[in-house]
Amino acid sequence: MANTTHTEVPGGAKSSGGFPAFRSETYPSQILWLVLAFGALYLVMSRVALPRMAAILDARHDRISSDLAAAAKLKADSDAALAAYEQALATAKAKAQAIASETRDRLQADADAKRKTVEAGLAAKLDAAEKTISADRTKAMTNVRGIAADAATAIVERLAGAAPSSAQVDAALSAVSK
Amino acid sequence: MADPIQQFEIKTIATLGKIGPYDIALTNSGLFMLAAVGVISLLMILGARSRAMVPGRFQSLAEVSYEFVANTVRSSAGKEGMKFFPFVFSLFMFVLVLNLFGMVPGGFTVTSHIIVTFVLALLVISTVLIYGIATHGTHFFHLFVPSGVPMFVLPVITVIEIVSFLARPVSLSMRLFANMMAGHIALKLFAGFVVTLGGLGVVGFAGAILPLGIAVAITALEFLVAFIQAYVFTILTCIYLHDALHPGH
Repeated sequence: MANTTHTEVPGGAKSSGGFPAFRSETYPSQILWLVLAFGALYLVMSRVALPRMAAILDARHDRISSDLAAAAKLKADSDAALAAYEQALATAKAKAQAIASETRDRLQADADAKRKTVEAGLAAKLDAAEKTISADRTKAMTNVRGIAADAATAIVERLAGAAPSSAQVDAALSAVSK
Repeated sequence: MADPIQQFEIKTIATLGKIGPYDIALTNSGLFMLAAVGVISLLMILGARSRAMVPGRFQSLAEVSYEFVANTVRSSAGKEGMKFFPFVFSLFMFVLVLNLFGMVPGGFTVTSHIIVTFVLALLVISTVLIYGIATHGTHFFHLFVPSGVPMFVLPVITVIEIVSFLARPVSLSMRLFANMMAGHIALKLFAGFVVTLGGLGVVGFAGAILPLGIAVAITALEFLVAFIQAYVFTILTCIYLHDALHPGH
């Protein structure tokens, strides 16, 4: 088909046959329009449209990344705050525990000390009481001897009619108690 | 029945003058090219006008086009390929819009003319050649001499590489041209069947249903082809540009 078109006179009658795409007399005009149109398109795109588009997309990209960065920073801040809060809570708990145990120890020590003084007082009183008792008992034992002497004197006086001398009674008592 | 070739006819709208023996005239082809430039420019400039942080529909369309081509360039030609981004973007939008204009009833498919696709392909290849030689000098020709090939097959490989390089503009332009032309002829043929059979009365009505269905299906397919061929043209351009950026491996 291309061969037939080449035989035609360029710029001749439009009614010439052949497949339109292979009709070479239309080529110069098509090439001209193509160069003009594509050239214009390239100029408009490269000088005007694409830089604007790129600016918009860059701006959005920057905005998104800065927003993400801000969000990450805020998250880090809140994490730090949470950590600080937990730290403070742990410290406070430890302090409270320390105060509680210290107080308990102090109260325990106070109670022990008081109990010791009370016990010491009681022991002293007990000692004193025991001493009094033993003194009383000793005294009582000496009194027993006097009472025995008196009783013996009275018994002898009733039976014999005459009171024995105290020396005799004393000797008799000593003999009995031995 | 209407001639399926008629839709590809170049019609003169207004004669502007003569250069040598050639008429220079505003043709339907030229008009559609200018219209495509107008539509693309309007889309991209109006789409960028509001500079909204959250894009509206119009701006979204412009942004999607931008991102789509930018991603294609980045993935096929690499980061340095972005210096060709305006060129590749213009090429993709131009071919896509011209293909889609062909789908408008009564429209004209500029890309169904071999001369248009061939000039675009030559533009791509000459960009590759000029940039490649300007930046890499003779190193650019390592493209034809792959490394790691045994000496005795190297001449054969080199010849094959050179032929395949020279075939690029031809295959690049043929693919787009043939796809657009064949699709439109098939569409016109089946649509013609519908009309012809429909004129035959009741039997014809029944017989017209099948070609009508096929015509509808081909129309859908042609929209797909219009996009895919624009994309294929673009991605091959990116791959060739990659060669210009990194020859010799």
